[in-house]
Amino acid sequence: MITELLSTTVLIGILASGIRLATPYLYAAIGETFGQKSGVLNLGVEGQMLLGCFAAFYVALTTGNLWLGLLAAMIVGAAMGLAMAFVTVNLRAQQGISGIGFYLFGLGMSDLLFQRLMGTVETVKGFQRIYIPGLSDIPGIGEIFFNQNILVYGAYLLVPLAWFVLNKTTLGLKIRAVGENPDAADSLGVSVARVRYFTIILGGTLSGIAGASLSIALLNVFQQNMTSGLGFIAVALVYFGAWKPVGVLGGALLFSMVNSLQLWIQVLGIPVPSDIAVMMPYVLTILVLVATVSRVRAPSALTKPFERDD
Amino acid sequence: MDGAMTESTKLPSGQTRINSLEMRGITKRFPGVLASDHVNFDVKSGEVHALLGENGAGKSTLMKILYGLYHPDEGEILLDGKPVTISSPTDSIDLGIGMIHQHFMLVPTLTVAENVALGLPSSRGVLTDLDRVSKRIIELADIYGLKIDPDAYVWQLSVGQQQRVEIIKALYRGAALLILDEPTAVLTPQEVDELFVIMNQMVKDGHALIFISHKLHEVVEISHRVTVLRDGRTIGTRLTSETTKQDLANWMVGREVGFAPNRGQSTLGEVRLSLNEVHCGSDRGTPGLRGVSFDVCSGEILGIAGVSGNGQRELAESITGLRKVTSGRVFLEGQDITNLAPGEITDRMLSYIPEERMRDGMIKDFTIAENMILREHHKQPYSKNGFLNLRGIANHADELIESFRVKTPSRETLAKNLSGGNIQKVVLAREISRNPRVILAAQPTRGLDIGATEYVRQQLIEQRNKGTAVMLVSEDLDEILALSDRIAVVYEGQIMDIVPRENATPEKLGLLMAGVHPEEGAPVVQ
Ligand SMILES: Nc1ncnc2c1ncn2[C@@H]1O[C@H](COP(=O)(O)OP(=O)(O)OP(=O)(O)O)[C@@H](O)[C@H]1O
Ligand SMILES: [Mg+2]
Repeated sequence: MITELLSTTVLIGILASGIRLATPYLYAAIGETFGQKSGVLNLGVEGQMLLGCFAAFYVALTTGNLWLGLLAAMIVGAAMGLAMAFVTVNLRAQQGISGIGFYLFGLGMSDLLFQRLMGTVETVKGFQRIYIPGLSDIPGIGEIFFNQNILVYGAYLLVPLAWFVLNKTTLGLKIRAVGENPDAADSLGVSVARVRYFTIILGGTLSGIAGASLSIALLNVFQQNMTSGLGFIAVALVYFGAWKPVGVLGGALLFSMVNSLQLWIQVLGIPVPSDIAVMMPYVLTILVLVATVSRVRAPSALTKPFERDD
Repeated sequence: MDGAMTESTKLPSGQTRINSLEMRGITKRFPGVLASDHVNFDVKSGEVHALLGENGAGKSTLMKILYGLYHPDEGEILLDGKPVTISSPTDSIDLGIGMIHQHFMLVPTLTVAENVALGLPSSRGVLTDLDRVSKRIIELADIYGLKIDPDAYVWQLSVGQQQRVEIIKALYRGAALLILDEPTAVLTPQEVDELFVIMNQMVKDGHALIFISHKLHEVVEISHRVTVLRDGRTIGTRLTSETTKQDLANWMVGREVGFAPNRGQSTLGEVRLSLNEVHCGSDRGTPGLRGVSFDVCSGEILGIAGVSGNGQRELAESITGLRKVTSGRVFLEGQDITNLAPGEITDRMLSYIPEERMRDGMIKDFTIAENMILREHHKQPYSKNGFLNLRGIANHADELIESFRVKTPSRETLAKNLSGGNIQKVVLAREISRNPRVILAAQPTRGLDIGATEYVRQQLIEQRNKGTAVMLVSEDLDEILALSDRIAVVYEGQIMDIVPRENATPEKLGLLMAGVHPEEGAPVVQ
């Protein structure tokens, strides 16, 4: 049994699907990183993903155009972000609670729309793997890294891009300052509200893409609550990754590799109770979070609404 | 800018001067408080105009209005004779106004250069240009004689260095007028001298400076004119050369004030607090305390003198249980309290007035009344069987507000809405009023006006006369000399010497503070 797991084909399979499965986590967690860096905890990621998931799927199904589906997911995610920004920045609502509210909204709304507009589970032909001449043909490596669809590549490109924006641009500087000491940023004429609106809407957009990656690139179906906690894991990955894109990448890969492993264990019929197998990635997340979280400090202004005392 | 400008209207930083700035009839109301009441104030290029007034007189409020952080209800601001609207810091920065806040406005996790560049357009569009910013920082630092490393992280810097970052930040933005709100409150005397050199240079170059301080000798030394505020109103403006320290004190408080406290009588009793070879770490991993031993007795004030950063903070924290003692013992009334939980030590009636009161001494979003029972909330008359006794809490708060003259609209006001000095008073009142066995006071008069300083010093002396053991940590030698019975000098985590008050002179203490034993005349090398 164990020897089956160790055969080259299976190993390549595990790694390739691990790489692929990290996609939604990467989009959602990188988006969440921007929000948290600016001081906003968005627990509504899961809800944004679900709506993005549905929007992408439904639009792709009805128009037959995957890109329109993706665009729809982005718009829906951005709109959810906009609402979240209004509630937390202007109304200064407690962030954790309003995030949960947005999660429940996304959960209920995506289900309702699904019932009303579709009713039954259908499938679409999602984004296809892209064949890169040369690279895709490398034995092993090609299968693992260069035989993926466009959204997978996009997720990995997002990591250095996010790092670059946060660390090398004036916008990134503002985001980091606003998350650490909004009073200081404000006293230099930086609009705390505008920065936070930007990061929350960006986070929503990326969560929308994360949802789309599930429904029109990885699984190519839509079901009720099909994210099943993935958005919350993405939030945890931000802590795990110590608010750094590369850390988030590490966390997402670790998590999705273990996930891929447990899927393969089930596929191969290795006699591990499936409930236990499914639990593995989550238990791992908790263990790793416990081990790492105390060592790094969150942005000082995280979850704190900003208000000039005038 | 204007092509007709001549060289003389420019500052060395390249910015145009502000010849005059005038605030007219400024009025600002907060709920229950008239913080500014038709205030008139003006400042000119090439002068330091000092703003004096008791805690809560409205100095910071007036300056925040000028900087665009608060909006006045009435009044106008004229720049070089022309009315201007300042509705946010962006406007004031554009007009050439800079401000150094009473509580610094820096992002500790960013570097000096990043703090300076924050919010400014970059020469590379969306990309940062930190290398160019660093170069310009060094240029400015040269012009004004400020030493600063642009790549250092702000959390690594001492308070004095952080203040230089604040000044650079303002100069970098082309400040022609600089507001300094209590810049000296947190500085060592030597750092104050350095700041004054910089300020004099700026004035000579044509900057206009507004300087707020409660230390009258500083006002007399640095300023050209003085304006006094009381209860939000301008009392008057005078030339500094035509007044004295004593005049200013009387004028400001509205009555005669004495500078030396009356020490009265006290009898020395048993040892209350005792440290035996205490070692502990510091936040930067260097040794914090390296074998500190001393006793504090009932009925005495032991002063701890020293340049800040020589272990004062670690000393206070290792006594109060906030920092782990790695070896050695701490005894309170004969009982070993080494590494007990802070709450247990508190309950044995040790009072602690921390240096960073805003951070360690209070909860900003709690009311004054709540802050005043933080230590005793679980005891009668503030609570019984787990229920708070609101009447008891209210009475206590009202008593303390009155006796410590805390300036506040009510006991239900949030602590964060008090003026800087009144926040301090809330903490002092709480700690002193519980009749402790030992008081550990770190910089207790920092940021207080002269009336309040006088009151707090008198309170500490009364505690001593009642038999409390008082340990006073202060960087202000005058304060140490005025209050202490014995003076211990700390240097690099060790006690250099403990000198009885009669034998202490500023010169002798100064040498010890620099790590030199006066008898030996050579620096101590460990
Ligand atoms: N944001 C605010 N909300 C409500 N009241 C305020 C606020 N800021 C200041 N006040 C009140 O306005 C008055 C003036 O405060 P201000 O901070 O200007 O005093 P200050 O002269 O700077 O005193 P200090 O010497 O203690 O710093 C105080 O009574 C204070 O309680
Ligand atoms: Mg003030």
